[in-house]
Amino acid sequence: MGSLAIRIRGAVKRYGPITAVDGLDLDVPEGTCVGLLGPNGAGKSTTMRMLTAQAIADEGELEVLGYELPRESKQARAECGVVPQLDNLDTTLTVEQNLLVFTYLYRIPRSQRRDAIERALKMANLRDRRDTRVDKLSGGMRRRLLIARALVHLPRLVLLDEPTVGLDPQVRQELWALIDNLRSEGASILMSTHYIEEAERLADTVTIMSHGRAVATGAPRDLVREHAGREAVEVYGPPPRLAEVEAEAAGHGLRTRRTGTSVAIMEADGRFPDSIRRPTNLEDVFVLLTGEEIE
Amino acid sequence: MSAQPTAAPQRRLHRFEGPALAGVLVREVVNFSSFWRSTTFSSTVQPTIYLLAFGFGFGSLVSHVAGYRYVEYVGTGTVATAVLFSSVFPAMFSTFVKYQFQHTYDAILAAPVDTEELVTAEALWIAVRSGVYGAVPMLVAVAFGLPLSWGMLLVPLIGFVAGFGWAAFGIGTAGLLKSIDSFSYVTSTVITPLFLVAGTFFPLNHLPEGWQIAANFNPLFHAVELVRHAVFGFHGWVDVGHLGVLVVFALVLWRLAIRFMERRLID
Repeated sequence: MGSLAIRIRGAVKRYGPITAVDGLDLDVPEGTCVGLLGPNGAGKSTTMRMLTAQAIADEGELEVLGYELPRESKQARAECGVVPQLDNLDTTLTVEQNLLVFTYLYRIPRSQRRDAIERALKMANLRDRRDTRVDKLSGGMRRRLLIARALVHLPRLVLLDEPTVGLDPQVRQELWALIDNLRSEGASILMSTHYIEEAERLADTVTIMSHGRAVATGAPRDLVREHAGREAVEVYGPPPRLAEVEAEAAGHGLRTRRTGTSVAIMEADGRFPDSIRRPTNLEDVFVLLTGEEIE
Repeated sequence: MSAQPTAAPQRRLHRFEGPALAGVLVREVVNFSSFWRSTTFSSTVQPTIYLLAFGFGFGSLVSHVAGYRYVEYVGTGTVATAVLFSSVFPAMFSTFVKYQFQHTYDAILAAPVDTEELVTAEALWIAVRSGVYGAVPMLVAVAFGLPLSWGMLLVPLIGFVAGFGWAAFGIGTAGLLKSIDSFSYVTSTVITPLFLVAGTFFPLNHLPEGWQIAANFNPLFHAVELVRHAVFGFHGWVDVGHLGVLVVFALVLWRLAIRFMERRLID
Protein backbone atom coordinates (compact mmCIF):
# COMPACT_ATOMS: atom_id res chain seq x y z
CA MET A 1 0.00 0.00 0.00
CA GLY A 2 1.16 3.52 -0.78
CA SER A 3 1.46 6.35 1.66
CA LEU A 4 -1.38 7.92 3.57
CA ALA A 5 -2.99 11.23 2.67
CA ILE A 6 -4.59 11.34 6.11
CA ARG A 7 -3.58 9.49 9.24
CA ILE A 8 -5.48 10.01 12.48
CA ARG A 9 -4.70 8.07 15.66
CA GLY A 10 -6.67 8.35 18.87
CA ALA A 11 -7.99 11.84 18.18
CA VAL A 12 -10.09 13.33 20.96
CA LYS A 13 -11.90 16.66 20.84
CA ARG A 14 -14.00 17.92 23.71
CA TYR A 15 -16.30 20.93 23.86
CA GLY A 16 -16.90 21.45 27.55
CA PRO A 17 -18.81 18.41 28.78
CA ILE A 18 -19.38 17.08 25.25
CA THR A 19 -16.82 14.82 23.63
CA ALA A 20 -17.39 15.34 19.92
CA VAL A 21 -14.56 13.08 18.77
CA ASP A 22 -13.66 10.29 21.13
CA GLY A 23 -10.56 8.34 20.16
CA LEU A 24 -10.92 8.34 16.39
CA ASP A 25 -8.59 6.34 14.14
CA LEU A 26 -8.83 7.06 10.44
CA ASP A 27 -6.69 6.44 7.36
CA VAL A 28 -7.10 7.83 3.89
CA PRO A 29 -4.65 6.04 1.58
CA GLU A 30 -3.34 8.29 -1.16
CA GLY A 31 -5.48 8.28 -4.30
CA THR A 32 -8.56 6.81 -2.66
CA CYS A 33 -11.93 8.19 -1.63
CA VAL A 34 -12.89 7.51 1.95
CA GLY A 35 -16.44 8.11 3.11
CA LEU A 36 -17.07 9.14 6.68
CA LEU A 37 -20.56 7.94 7.34
CA GLY A 38 -22.57 8.80 10.39
CA PRO A 39 -25.67 10.56 11.64
CA ASN A 40 -25.70 14.21 12.63
CA GLY A 41 -23.66 14.67 15.78
CA ALA A 42 -21.39 11.68 15.17
CA GLY A 43 -18.34 13.95 15.01
CA LYS A 44 -17.85 14.13 11.24
CA SER A 45 -17.73 17.92 10.97
CA THR A 46 -15.45 18.22 13.99
CA THR A 47 -13.11 15.72 12.34
CA MET A 48 -13.11 17.82 9.19
CA ARG A 49 -12.33 20.96 11.20
CA MET A 50 -9.45 19.22 12.94
CA LEU A 51 -7.92 18.37 9.57
CA THR A 52 -7.65 22.08 8.70
CA ALA A 53 -6.59 23.00 12.26
CA GLN A 54 -9.76 25.02 12.72
CA ALA A 55 -10.33 22.74 15.67
CA ILE A 56 -7.31 21.61 17.68
CA ALA A 57 -7.45 18.04 18.98
CA ASP A 58 -7.14 17.64 22.75
CA GLU A 59 -5.39 14.29 22.31
CA GLY A 60 -4.10 12.08 19.53
CA GLU A 61 -1.99 12.35 16.40
CA LEU A 62 -3.09 13.85 13.12
CA GLU A 63 -1.14 13.86 9.87
CA VAL A 64 -2.24 15.35 6.58
CA LEU A 65 -0.13 14.71 3.45
CA GLY A 66 2.75 13.83 5.73
CA TYR A 67 2.49 17.11 7.67
CA GLU A 68 1.98 16.94 11.38
CA LEU A 69 -1.03 18.87 12.73
CA PRO A 70 -1.51 21.44 14.07
CA ARG A 71 2.19 22.43 13.82
CA GLU A 72 2.52 22.14 10.03
CA SER A 73 -1.11 22.74 9.24
CA LYS A 74 -0.51 25.76 7.04
CA GLN A 75 1.65 23.69 4.71
CA ALA A 76 -0.98 20.96 4.66
CA ARG A 77 -3.75 23.46 3.92
CA ALA A 78 -1.79 24.79 0.93
CA GLU A 79 -2.10 21.36 -0.68
CA CYS A 80 -5.68 20.62 0.40
CA GLY A 81 -9.00 21.76 -1.00
CA VAL A 82 -11.91 22.15 1.41
CA VAL A 83 -15.58 22.06 0.50
CA PRO A 84 -17.47 23.17 3.60
CA GLN A 85 -20.91 22.02 4.58
CA LEU A 86 -22.15 25.59 4.92
CA ASP A 87 -22.05 27.68 1.78
CA ASN A 88 -19.62 30.51 2.52
CA LEU A 89 -19.27 32.00 -0.94
CA ASP A 90 -19.18 35.76 -1.30
CA THR A 91 -22.72 36.29 -2.51
CA THR A 92 -22.26 39.82 -3.82
CA LEU A 93 -19.33 38.80 -6.01
CA THR A 94 -19.47 37.06 -9.37
CA VAL A 95 -18.55 33.44 -9.93
CA GLU A 96 -15.21 34.45 -11.40
CA GLN A 97 -14.42 36.93 -8.61
CA ASN A 98 -15.01 34.22 -6.01
CA LEU A 99 -12.48 32.01 -7.77
CA LEU A 100 -10.04 34.89 -8.21
CA VAL A 101 -9.90 35.54 -4.47
CA PHE A 102 -8.95 31.92 -3.85
CA THR A 103 -6.22 31.93 -6.48
CA TYR A 104 -4.59 34.54 -4.26
CA LEU A 105 -5.29 32.72 -1.00
CA TYR A 106 -3.76 29.55 -2.49
CA ARG A 107 -0.68 31.43 -3.77
CA ILE A 108 -1.18 30.64 -7.43
CA PRO A 109 1.46 32.62 -9.33
CA ARG A 110 0.16 35.56 -11.32
CA SER A 111 0.99 33.93 -14.67
CA GLN A 112 -1.16 30.88 -13.84
CA ARG A 113 -4.20 32.60 -12.31
CA ARG A 114 -6.18 32.91 -15.56
CA ASP A 115 -5.65 29.25 -16.45
CA ALA A 116 -6.52 28.11 -12.96
CA ILE A 117 -9.81 30.01 -13.04
CA GLU A 118 -10.67 28.72 -16.52
CA ARG A 119 -9.93 25.16 -15.50
CA ALA A 120 -12.09 25.46 -12.38
CA LEU A 121 -14.96 27.05 -14.34
CA LYS A 122 -14.80 24.29 -16.91
CA MET A 123 -14.70 21.52 -14.37
CA ALA A 124 -17.74 22.89 -12.52
CA ASN A 125 -19.48 23.59 -15.83
CA LEU A 126 -19.91 27.26 -14.94
CA ARG A 127 -18.15 28.88 -17.89
CA ASP A 128 -21.26 30.65 -19.13
CA ARG A 129 -22.00 31.88 -15.61
CA ARG A 130 -18.64 33.48 -14.90
CA ASP A 131 -20.08 36.99 -14.64
CA THR A 132 -23.18 36.01 -12.67
CA ARG A 133 -23.38 37.19 -9.09
CA VAL A 134 -23.48 34.27 -6.68
CA ASP A 135 -26.81 35.32 -5.17
CA LYS A 136 -28.36 34.81 -8.62
CA LEU A 137 -27.18 31.19 -8.91
CA SER A 138 -29.29 28.10 -8.21
CA GLY A 139 -28.45 25.94 -5.20
CA GLY A 140 -26.80 23.33 -7.41
CA MET A 141 -24.63 25.87 -9.19
CA ARG A 142 -23.55 27.39 -5.90
CA ARG A 143 -22.49 23.99 -4.67
CA ARG A 144 -20.56 23.36 -7.89
CA LEU A 145 -18.82 26.69 -7.45
CA LEU A 146 -18.00 25.78 -3.86
CA ILE A 147 -16.30 22.62 -5.15
CA ALA A 148 -14.56 24.49 -7.99
CA ARG A 149 -13.22 27.01 -5.49
CA ALA A 150 -11.64 24.18 -3.50
CA LEU A 151 -9.95 22.78 -6.62
CA VAL A 152 -8.59 25.97 -8.11
CA HIS A 153 -5.02 25.08 -7.01
CA LEU A 154 -5.16 21.38 -7.99
CA PRO A 155 -4.99 20.04 -4.43
CA ARG A 156 -3.60 16.60 -3.65
CA LEU A 157 -6.29 16.04 -1.03
CA VAL A 158 -9.90 17.21 -1.06
CA LEU A 159 -12.04 17.38 2.08
CA LEU A 160 -15.74 17.35 1.34
CA ASP A 161 -18.04 17.97 4.28
CA GLU A 162 -21.55 16.77 3.38
CA PRO A 163 -21.15 17.85 -0.24
CA THR A 164 -24.74 17.23 -1.30
CA VAL A 165 -26.71 17.98 1.84
CA GLY A 166 -30.00 19.72 1.19
CA LEU A 167 -29.88 19.33 -2.59
CA ASP A 168 -32.52 17.65 -4.73
CA PRO A 169 -31.70 14.20 -6.17
CA GLN A 170 -30.94 15.37 -9.68
CA VAL A 171 -28.42 17.95 -8.52
CA ARG A 172 -26.95 15.41 -6.16
CA GLN A 173 -26.23 13.03 -9.04
CA GLU A 174 -24.60 15.84 -10.97
CA LEU A 175 -22.25 16.44 -8.06
CA TRP A 176 -21.53 12.75 -7.68
CA ALA A 177 -20.31 12.71 -11.27
CA LEU A 178 -18.07 15.66 -10.48
CA ILE A 179 -16.61 14.01 -7.38
CA ASP A 180 -16.18 10.68 -9.17
CA ASN A 181 -14.28 12.45 -11.90
CA LEU A 182 -12.04 14.07 -9.31
CA ARG A 183 -11.23 10.68 -7.84
CA SER A 184 -10.49 9.18 -11.24
CA GLU A 185 -7.91 11.92 -11.76
CA GLY A 186 -6.02 10.67 -8.74
CA ALA A 187 -6.87 13.11 -5.93
CA SER A 188 -7.29 11.69 -2.44
CA ILE A 189 -10.71 12.44 -1.00
CA LEU A 190 -12.23 12.39 2.45
CA MET A 191 -15.96 12.91 2.26
CA SER A 192 -18.29 13.05 5.20
CA THR A 193 -21.90 12.22 4.51
CA HIS A 194 -25.01 10.94 6.14
CA TYR A 195 -26.41 9.70 2.84
CA ILE A 196 -25.84 5.96 2.59
CA GLU A 197 -26.14 5.95 -1.16
CA GLU A 198 -23.51 8.65 -1.52
CA ALA A 199 -21.01 6.64 0.48
CA GLU A 200 -21.87 3.42 -1.39
CA ARG A 201 -21.40 5.00 -4.79
CA LEU A 202 -18.35 7.14 -4.30
CA ALA A 203 -16.22 5.71 -1.52
CA ASP A 204 -13.54 3.05 -1.92
CA THR A 205 -13.58 2.67 1.83
CA VAL A 206 -16.21 3.67 4.33
CA THR A 207 -15.65 4.44 7.98
CA ILE A 208 -18.80 4.34 10.03
CA MET A 209 -18.73 6.88 12.82
CA SER A 210 -20.87 6.90 15.90
CA HIS A 211 -20.49 9.02 19.03
CA GLY A 212 -17.10 10.31 17.91
CA ARG A 213 -15.57 6.89 17.15
CA ALA A 214 -14.97 4.74 14.12
CA VAL A 215 -17.09 1.64 14.67
CA ALA A 216 -16.27 -0.13 11.38
CA THR A 217 -14.05 0.43 8.38
CA GLY A 218 -13.90 -1.32 5.04
CA ALA A 219 -15.02 -1.36 1.44
CA PRO A 220 -18.82 -0.88 1.35
CA ARG A 221 -19.44 -4.35 -0.08
CA ASP A 222 -17.17 -6.04 2.46
CA LEU A 223 -18.78 -4.20 5.34
CA VAL A 224 -22.21 -5.27 4.20
CA ARG A 225 -21.20 -8.91 3.81
CA GLU A 226 -19.36 -9.00 7.10
CA HIS A 227 -21.97 -7.33 9.27
CA ALA A 228 -25.31 -7.90 7.51
CA GLY A 229 -24.78 -10.96 5.33
CA ARG A 230 -25.95 -11.28 1.72
CA GLU A 231 -29.66 -11.01 1.94
CA ALA A 232 -32.32 -9.67 4.24
CA VAL A 233 -36.07 -10.09 4.33
CA GLU A 234 -38.58 -7.50 5.40
CA VAL A 235 -41.80 -8.34 7.17
CA TYR A 236 -44.53 -5.72 7.16
CA GLY A 237 -47.35 -5.53 9.66
CA PRO A 238 -48.85 -3.67 12.61
CA PRO A 239 -46.53 -3.02 15.56
CA PRO A 240 -47.65 -6.08 17.63
CA ARG A 241 -46.95 -8.35 14.66
CA LEU A 242 -43.52 -6.74 14.20
CA ALA A 243 -42.73 -7.38 17.86
CA GLU A 244 -43.65 -11.06 17.39
CA VAL A 245 -41.42 -11.30 14.34
CA GLU A 246 -38.54 -9.76 16.25
CA ALA A 247 -38.99 -12.22 19.09
CA GLU A 248 -39.15 -15.15 16.69
CA ALA A 249 -36.03 -14.01 14.84
CA ALA A 250 -34.20 -13.54 18.13
CA GLY A 251 -35.20 -17.14 18.97
CA HIS A 252 -33.43 -18.31 15.83
CA GLY A 253 -30.40 -16.18 16.74
CA LEU A 254 -31.00 -13.82 13.79
CA ARG A 255 -30.21 -10.13 13.67
CA THR A 256 -33.07 -7.71 13.06
CA ARG A 257 -33.66 -4.04 12.73
CA ARG A 258 -36.78 -1.92 12.58
CA THR A 259 -37.23 0.16 9.47
CA GLY A 260 -40.28 2.20 10.41
CA THR A 261 -43.14 0.09 9.03
CA SER A 262 -41.31 -3.21 8.87
CA VAL A 263 -38.75 -5.45 10.51
CA ALA A 264 -35.71 -6.43 8.48
CA ILE A 265 -34.16 -9.81 9.29
CA MET A 266 -30.64 -10.56 8.11
CA GLU A 267 -29.85 -13.94 6.54
CA ALA A 268 -33.27 -15.34 7.33
CA ASP A 269 -32.75 -18.45 5.12
CA GLY A 270 -36.39 -18.69 4.12
CA ARG A 271 -37.76 -18.80 7.67
CA PHE A 272 -40.23 -15.96 7.14
CA PRO A 273 -42.37 -16.86 4.14
CA ASP A 274 -44.59 -13.73 4.23
CA SER A 275 -41.70 -11.44 3.65
CA ILE A 276 -39.99 -9.49 0.92
CA ARG A 277 -36.45 -10.51 0.03
CA ARG A 278 -33.87 -7.86 -0.71
CA PRO A 279 -30.08 -7.55 -0.78
CA THR A 280 -28.51 -6.25 2.41
CA ASN A 281 -27.10 -2.76 2.27
CA LEU A 282 -24.89 -0.31 4.08
CA GLU A 283 -27.85 1.07 5.95
CA ASP A 284 -28.40 -2.36 7.56
CA VAL A 285 -24.77 -2.36 8.64
CA PHE A 286 -25.05 1.12 9.98
CA VAL A 287 -28.14 0.46 12.09
CA LEU A 288 -26.90 -2.91 13.30
CA LEU A 289 -23.59 -1.43 14.41
CA THR A 290 -24.75 1.81 15.92
CA GLY A 291 -28.36 1.19 16.88
CA GLU A 292 -29.02 4.57 15.30
CA GLU A 293 -31.32 5.37 12.44
CA ILE A 294 -29.96 7.39 9.61
CA GLU A 295 -31.98 9.83 7.51
CA MET B 1 -5.20 15.37 -9.91
CA SER B 2 -1.78 14.18 -8.94
CA ALA B 3 -1.27 13.35 -12.61
CA GLN B 4 -1.04 17.09 -13.22
CA PRO B 5 1.54 19.29 -11.59
CA THR B 6 0.07 21.01 -8.60
CA ALA B 7 0.01 24.78 -8.69
CA ALA B 8 0.33 24.95 -4.93
CA PRO B 9 3.68 26.23 -3.69
CA GLN B 10 6.21 23.60 -2.71
CA ARG B 11 8.22 26.13 -0.70
CA ARG B 12 8.03 26.29 3.08
CA LEU B 13 5.35 28.68 4.25
CA HIS B 14 6.19 31.17 6.96
CA ARG B 15 4.23 32.29 9.96
CA PHE B 16 3.51 35.68 8.46
CA GLU B 17 3.12 35.70 4.70
CA GLY B 18 2.71 38.64 2.37
CA PRO B 19 0.71 36.61 -0.16
CA ALA B 20 -1.73 35.56 2.59
CA LEU B 21 -2.34 39.22 3.45
CA ALA B 22 -2.67 39.99 -0.25
CA GLY B 23 -5.29 37.25 -0.64
CA VAL B 24 -7.45 38.64 2.15
CA LEU B 25 -6.97 42.19 0.85
CA VAL B 26 -7.97 41.20 -2.68
CA ARG B 27 -11.18 39.77 -1.29
CA GLU B 28 -11.87 43.04 0.52
CA VAL B 29 -11.04 45.20 -2.46
CA VAL B 30 -13.20 43.16 -4.83
CA ASN B 31 -16.04 43.25 -2.31
CA PHE B 32 -15.56 46.95 -1.79
CA SER B 33 -16.04 47.51 -5.51
CA SER B 34 -19.64 46.37 -5.03
CA PHE B 35 -20.51 48.69 -2.12
CA TRP B 36 -18.09 51.62 -2.22
CA ARG B 37 -20.80 54.09 -3.22
CA SER B 38 -22.87 53.71 -0.06
CA THR B 39 -19.80 53.60 2.19
CA THR B 40 -18.30 56.67 0.60
CA PHE B 41 -21.61 58.48 0.79
CA SER B 42 -22.09 57.88 4.51
CA SER B 43 -18.42 58.48 5.32
CA THR B 44 -18.59 61.82 3.55
CA VAL B 45 -22.01 63.05 4.55
CA GLN B 46 -21.79 62.23 8.26
CA PRO B 47 -18.70 64.31 9.12
CA THR B 48 -19.95 67.08 6.87
CA ILE B 49 -23.15 67.27 8.88
CA TYR B 50 -21.14 67.41 12.11
CA LEU B 51 -18.99 70.10 10.66
CA LEU B 52 -21.92 72.19 9.45
CA ALA B 53 -23.98 71.69 12.60
CA PHE B 54 -21.18 72.46 15.04
CA GLY B 55 -19.13 74.77 12.89
CA PHE B 56 -22.00 77.04 12.01
CA GLY B 57 -24.51 76.28 14.73
CA PHE B 58 -22.07 76.58 17.58
CA GLY B 59 -19.72 78.80 15.60
CA SER B 60 -22.35 81.53 15.62
CA LEU B 61 -21.96 81.69 19.42
CA VAL B 62 -18.23 81.16 19.60
CA SER B 63 -16.02 82.71 16.96
CA HIS B 64 -12.61 81.52 18.22
CA VAL B 65 -11.49 78.56 20.28
CA ALA B 66 -7.95 77.93 21.51
CA GLY B 67 -6.69 80.51 19.06
CA TYR B 68 -8.41 79.01 15.99
CA ARG B 69 -11.52 80.08 14.12
CA TYR B 70 -14.19 77.70 15.39
CA VAL B 71 -14.98 76.28 11.92
CA GLU B 72 -11.29 75.47 11.52
CA TYR B 73 -11.10 74.04 15.02
CA VAL B 74 -13.99 71.69 14.34
CA GLY B 75 -12.96 71.04 10.74
CA THR B 76 -9.63 69.63 11.86
CA GLY B 77 -11.09 67.95 14.97
CA THR B 78 -13.70 65.99 13.02
CA VAL B 79 -10.95 64.38 10.93
CA ALA B 80 -10.18 62.10 13.87
CA THR B 81 -13.90 61.53 14.40
CA ALA B 82 -14.32 60.52 10.78
CA VAL B 83 -11.38 58.14 11.15
CA LEU B 84 -12.96 56.67 14.27
CA PHE B 85 -16.37 56.18 12.68
CA SER B 86 -15.03 54.75 9.44
CA SER B 87 -12.84 52.24 11.25
CA VAL B 88 -14.36 51.06 14.52
CA PHE B 89 -17.91 50.48 13.30
CA PRO B 90 -17.12 48.69 10.03
CA ALA B 91 -14.57 46.61 11.94
CA MET B 92 -17.06 45.59 14.64
CA PHE B 93 -19.99 44.85 12.39
CA SER B 94 -18.31 43.39 9.32
CA THR B 95 -16.10 41.13 11.43
CA PHE B 96 -19.08 39.81 13.32
CA VAL B 97 -21.14 39.31 10.17
CA LYS B 98 -18.25 37.60 8.40
CA TYR B 99 -17.62 34.99 11.06
CA GLN B 100 -21.13 34.57 12.42
CA PHE B 101 -23.42 34.80 9.42
CA GLN B 102 -21.41 34.56 6.22
CA HIS B 103 -18.81 32.08 7.54
CA THR B 104 -16.29 33.88 5.36
CA TYR B 105 -13.50 33.35 7.87
CA ASP B 106 -14.10 29.60 7.89
CA ALA B 107 -13.41 29.61 4.17
CA ILE B 108 -10.30 31.76 4.48
CA LEU B 109 -8.81 29.81 7.38
CA ALA B 110 -9.27 26.54 5.48
CA ALA B 111 -6.81 28.00 2.97
CA PRO B 112 -3.17 28.54 4.00
CA VAL B 113 -3.99 31.70 5.96
CA ASP B 114 -3.76 32.01 9.76
CA THR B 115 -5.86 34.15 12.08
CA GLU B 116 -2.92 36.49 12.62
CA GLU B 117 -2.67 37.21 8.91
CA LEU B 118 -6.42 37.46 8.51
CA VAL B 119 -6.83 40.00 11.32
CA THR B 120 -3.82 42.02 10.15
CA ALA B 121 -5.06 42.22 6.58
CA GLU B 122 -8.58 43.22 7.66
CA ALA B 123 -7.22 45.95 9.95
CA LEU B 124 -4.85 47.23 7.25
CA TRP B 125 -7.64 47.53 4.73
CA ILE B 126 -9.93 49.38 7.14
CA ALA B 127 -7.02 51.63 8.13
CA VAL B 128 -6.38 52.58 4.50
CA ARG B 129 -10.05 53.39 3.99
CA SER B 130 -10.29 55.44 7.17
CA GLY B 131 -7.11 57.32 6.27
CA VAL B 132 -8.79 58.38 3.04
CA TYR B 133 -12.24 59.06 4.48
CA GLY B 134 -10.72 60.88 7.42
CA ALA B 135 -9.43 63.57 5.09
CA VAL B 136 -12.96 64.38 3.89
CA PRO B 137 -13.98 66.78 6.70
CA MET B 138 -10.69 68.60 6.26
CA LEU B 139 -11.46 69.09 2.56
CA VAL B 140 -14.95 70.30 3.45
CA ALA B 141 -13.38 72.76 5.90
CA VAL B 142 -11.04 73.91 3.12
CA ALA B 143 -14.12 74.66 1.05
CA PHE B 144 -15.29 76.81 3.98
CA GLY B 145 -12.05 78.73 4.20
CA LEU B 146 -9.50 76.53 6.02
CA PRO B 147 -6.16 77.63 4.53
CA LEU B 148 -4.19 74.95 2.69
CA SER B 149 -0.92 73.76 4.19
CA TRP B 150 1.75 71.14 3.38
CA GLY B 151 1.08 69.36 6.65
CA MET B 152 -2.34 68.39 5.31
CA LEU B 153 -0.60 65.78 3.16
CA LEU B 154 0.30 63.90 6.35
CA VAL B 155 -3.29 63.77 7.58
CA PRO B 156 -4.21 60.54 5.70
CA LEU B 157 -1.14 58.90 7.26
CA ILE B 158 -2.18 59.95 10.75
CA GLY B 159 -5.65 58.66 9.89
CA PHE B 160 -4.12 55.37 8.81
CA VAL B 161 -2.24 54.83 12.08
CA ALA B 162 -5.22 55.82 14.24
CA GLY B 163 -7.59 53.89 11.98
CA PHE B 164 -5.48 50.74 12.34
CA GLY B 165 -5.79 50.95 16.11
CA TRP B 166 -9.53 51.54 16.00
CA ALA B 167 -10.02 48.80 13.42
CA ALA B 168 -8.16 46.40 15.70
CA PHE B 169 -10.31 47.62 18.59
CA GLY B 170 -13.45 46.86 16.54
CA ILE B 171 -12.23 43.44 15.39
CA GLY B 172 -11.19 42.49 18.91
CA THR B 173 -14.56 43.64 20.26
CA ALA B 174 -16.38 41.54 17.67
CA GLY B 175 -14.19 38.58 18.61
CA LEU B 176 -14.88 39.04 22.29
CA LEU B 177 -18.63 39.62 22.28
CA LYS B 178 -21.05 36.79 21.66
CA SER B 179 -23.94 38.83 20.31
CA ILE B 180 -24.25 41.76 17.99
CA ASP B 181 -26.71 43.33 20.44
CA SER B 182 -23.93 43.75 23.02
CA PHE B 183 -22.12 46.10 20.66
CA SER B 184 -24.31 48.93 21.93
CA TYR B 185 -22.71 48.55 25.40
CA VAL B 186 -19.31 49.18 23.87
CA THR B 187 -20.62 52.05 21.78
CA SER B 188 -22.27 53.83 24.71
CA THR B 189 -19.69 53.16 27.43
CA VAL B 190 -16.46 53.35 25.45
CA ILE B 191 -16.79 54.99 22.09
CA THR B 192 -19.23 57.81 22.87
CA PRO B 193 -17.26 59.17 25.88
CA LEU B 194 -13.98 58.89 23.97
CA PHE B 195 -15.60 60.66 21.07
CA LEU B 196 -16.88 63.53 23.17
CA VAL B 197 -13.86 64.09 25.41
CA ALA B 198 -11.21 64.30 22.72
CA GLY B 199 -10.96 68.01 22.05
CA THR B 200 -12.93 67.69 18.84
CA PHE B 201 -15.73 70.13 19.57
CA PHE B 202 -14.44 71.95 22.64
CA PRO B 203 -11.00 72.31 24.21
CA LEU B 204 -10.29 70.19 27.25
CA ASN B 205 -8.40 72.81 29.25
CA HIS B 206 -11.58 74.09 30.85
CA LEU B 207 -12.56 70.67 32.10
CA PRO B 208 -11.78 69.54 35.68
CA GLU B 209 -8.21 68.34 36.07
CA GLY B 210 -9.22 64.69 36.41
CA TRP B 211 -10.83 64.79 32.99
CA GLN B 212 -7.79 66.40 31.47
CA ILE B 213 -5.56 63.65 32.82
CA ALA B 214 -8.00 61.02 31.66
CA ALA B 215 -8.01 62.50 28.16
CA ASN B 216 -4.34 61.59 27.82
CA PHE B 217 -5.43 57.96 27.79
CA ASN B 218 -7.85 58.63 24.97
CA PRO B 219 -6.19 57.75 21.65
CA LEU B 220 -8.72 59.91 19.86
CA PHE B 221 -7.48 62.97 21.76
CA HIS B 222 -3.97 62.32 20.48
CA ALA B 223 -5.26 61.87 16.94
CA VAL B 224 -7.20 65.13 17.16
CA GLU B 225 -4.17 67.04 18.43
CA LEU B 226 -1.83 65.53 15.88
CA VAL B 227 -4.13 66.31 12.97
CA ARG B 228 -4.62 69.87 14.15
CA HIS B 229 -0.90 70.38 14.50
CA ALA B 230 -0.26 68.83 11.08
CA VAL B 231 -2.60 71.39 9.56
CA PHE B 232 -1.58 74.46 11.60
CA GLY B 233 2.03 73.62 12.44
CA PHE B 234 3.76 70.88 14.42
CA HIS B 235 4.75 71.27 18.08
CA GLY B 236 7.95 69.24 18.03
CA TRP B 237 8.30 66.58 20.75
CA VAL B 238 4.70 67.01 21.83
CA ASP B 239 3.63 65.62 18.49
CA VAL B 240 6.18 62.83 18.64
CA GLY B 241 4.47 61.93 21.91
CA HIS B 242 1.02 61.99 20.27
CA LEU B 243 2.25 59.79 17.46
CA GLY B 244 3.92 57.45 19.94
CA VAL B 245 0.65 56.97 21.80
CA LEU B 246 -1.19 56.20 18.56
CA VAL B 247 1.44 53.66 17.50
CA VAL B 248 1.41 51.92 20.89
CA PHE B 249 -2.38 51.91 20.88
CA ALA B 250 -2.39 50.34 17.41
CA LEU B 251 0.18 47.68 18.31
CA VAL B 252 -1.48 46.65 21.57
CA LEU B 253 -4.97 46.48 20.08
CA TRP B 254 -3.62 44.58 17.07
CA ARG B 255 -2.22 41.80 19.26
CA LEU B 256 -5.39 41.73 21.37
CA ALA B 257 -7.58 41.51 18.28
CA ILE B 258 -5.56 38.51 17.07
CA ARG B 259 -5.86 36.86 20.49
CA PHE B 260 -9.64 37.34 20.71
CA MET B 261 -10.25 36.28 17.12
CA GLU B 262 -8.14 33.14 17.53
CA ARG B 263 -10.25 32.23 20.51
CA ARG B 264 -13.37 32.83 18.44
CA LEU B 265 -12.34 31.11 15.21
CA ILE B 266 -10.25 28.15 16.33
CA ASP B 267 -12.03 25.59 18.52
